[in-house]
Amino acid sequence: MISPEHYLMLSLALFTIGVIGVLTRRNVIIILMSIELILNAVNINLVAFSRLYGDVNGQVFAIFIITDAAAEAAVGLGIILAFFRNRETLLADEMDLLKW
Amino acid sequence: MMHLIPPAILPYVLPVVYALVIVAVLPLMAGYIVLLERKVMADMQARLGPMRVGPHGLLQPIADAVKLLLKEDIVPREADRLMFYVAPLVSVTMALLAYAAMPFGPAFQIADLNVGLLFILAVSSLGIYGIVLGGWASNSHYSLLGALRSAAQLVSYETAAGLGLISGLLLAGSLSMKDIVQAQADQGVWFILVAPIGFFVYLVGSIAETNRAPFDLPEAESELVAGYMTEYSGFRWSLYFLAEYANMIIVAGIATTLFLGGWLRPFPRIHEHLFGTSVELLDALPSLIFLAIGLYCFRLTPRQPVQIQKFVMAAAGGLCLLLAGAMAASLFAPPTVMQGVHGGFWFMVKVMAYLYAFLWIRFTFPRYRFDQLMRLGWRFLIPLALVNVIGVGTAIVLQQQWGWNPRVTELVTLAATIGVAIWLASEDEKPVAAVVAADGE
Amino acid sequence: MFSQAVFYFFAALAVTSAILMVTRRNIIHGAVFLITTLLATAGIFLQLDAEFLFVVQIILYVGGIMVLFVFVIMLVNLDVSMRLVQFNHQRFVAGALALVLGAQVFLALKVGPGVMPHPAQQIMSPKNTEAVGDALFTHYMLPFEIASILLLVAMIGAVVMAKRRV
Repeated sequence: MISPEHYLMLSLALFTIGVIGVLTRRNVIIILMSIELILNAVNINLVAFSRLYGDVNGQVFAIFIITDAAAEAAVGLGIILAFFRNRETLLADEMDLLKW
Repeated sequence: MMHLIPPAILPYVLPVVYALVIVAVLPLMAGYIVLLERKVMADMQARLGPMRVGPHGLLQPIADAVKLLLKEDIVPREADRLMFYVAPLVSVTMALLAYAAMPFGPAFQIADLNVGLLFILAVSSLGIYGIVLGGWASNSHYSLLGALRSAAQLVSYETAAGLGLISGLLLAGSLSMKDIVQAQADQGVWFILVAPIGFFVYLVGSIAETNRAPFDLPEAESELVAGYMTEYSGFRWSLYFLAEYANMIIVAGIATTLFLGGWLRPFPRIHEHLFGTSVELLDALPSLIFLAIGLYCFRLTPRQPVQIQKFVMAAAGGLCLLLAGAMAASLFAPPTVMQGVHGGFWFMVKVMAYLYAFLWIRFTFPRYRFDQLMRLGWRFLIPLALVNVIGVGTAIVLQQQWGWNPRVTELVTLAATIGVAIWLASEDEKPVAAVVAADGE
Repeated sequence: MFSQAVFYFFAALAVTSAILMVTRRNIIHGAVFLITTLLATAGIFLQLDAEFLFVVQIILYVGGIMVLFVFVIMLVNLDVSMRLVQFNHQRFVAGALALVLGAQVFLALKVGPGVMPHPAQQIMSPKNTEAVGDALFTHYMLPFEIASILLLVAMIGAVVMAKRRV
């Protein structure tokens, strides 16, 4: 029988991998993709609890998270494209225009 | 024999058998649809088509398959090898996966999912990756441009096709494919008669979804060579090809299920009986159709110039008479068998009619330029589909909650939607030069 | 038993693809591995009886968001960035901190007293799509409308950000 702890462990594993991706990679697109991974880990968590309590609210919240992820990915990628056209770089280290 | 199978795996045996049948039969069917397309093209162009390989060209697909398998497998030098291998696999896998929820009659369905229609849409939308990754992996400008154009086209028309399907779904009330056909049986009418604009939007959207003419800019030979398929040769190309024709059958199946009544015969509510027997008059149609085709084959037999063609034509006639007999015999079988056989027949007839419409449209209209294509998708089809959904929804609310006459509400909303369509279509297209100058870098 | 095998298969696929995604040098390969991770997550949703979320995940996430990612990756020049160092200079500290975070949550789940009440497994309504639709259009009507406005704003924002300046 799959207990809810299994789903929580899976969600935790994906979340940790996502956090490692965000913190250690230089390429901005991979950072954005790791953020999507974190959002998915949270979705698994929500749906697992929705199943545990027989309540559909968790799934509705997960749908809203997916919608928000779409909006954020679109705008984030637009920003990356605009920055790339100006500075020709995709590395987070080199995006330091505001540094004194 | 059923008791020999352990009960733990008994519910999985029949779906696995159906899946094996589909995987085995589908490539052959796709090959013969190609032959059918060439023959229909020839007929519309007043010539004969493939006649050389086998009588009447009937062995042409087999010759093509053997040739493709024996061709040299060329991988471009700087190509991304992993993506190059994976891209055609993705296309074919997604095309075949969609068959899991497709009912070919009341008895032949691998899995009746509660969200069957959405599942097929979702899996079809994954086919984009086969195209995009294939174009990218070829490491060639033309392939990449063709792939990006094709993916942009697919994404645009997928939205329009989905919105067109929603108008049919509002009438059906469920996403399960079986329930949709059941709703058409309960309401006694095919949904194309209630929501014809939805069918039109889905027809155009599905032609663009499968990259067929007049929307086949990404793979036309006079443009960008063959688009994303340029660098693929031999077996890899045949996988893309198989994916395209499998996709065609899937969209035909969806349109048939949702708009054309699935496996219901025409006029499902007319129960006139034949001379006082228990056989319904319209149920005798399949055997009459096969009888007519068989007799026509026999009539053509003496006119064939070559002996072997005479033999094959007579054999085809005999096969049709055999099928007519099978259809007639199943009328006296238990009801589930009769429904299964006749349902399968009507479903295949409707799918073939829809595919014939695809072929007909291909050989009639000139190709759309890419900006015209995107303009048609975003500025005509999507607004029209949205207005259509509003119209059908309004009609349903007026019928069910306010009690108006169904025919009146449908006609009024249909007229309003057609008015909007005419207004959208009459928007003047700005001349290309002015658009380019306005957009200048 | 079958559902257990399905869960372990999708869970293994998700974790493996995630690890592969954050370690690839080639961004397109990373995107493809994220696609497999998202498909595995969709499988987990299906295994949790959330069939509407399963198809929504595939249509929106894999069929929409990832297509956007792949398009942008193709528009951006890859060759130069593939030859540079992929991991930044804080990788060891960051990795260690992330693992500490993971270990903390893991211990909290395993050892923490009474963290998770275990009611008997509830029966979910077999009409999952209808239930989600009901909830979305009655209780969550306002967030639904706000989400549609959010998408409109995001669309405008993306178009404005990505347009070439005239």
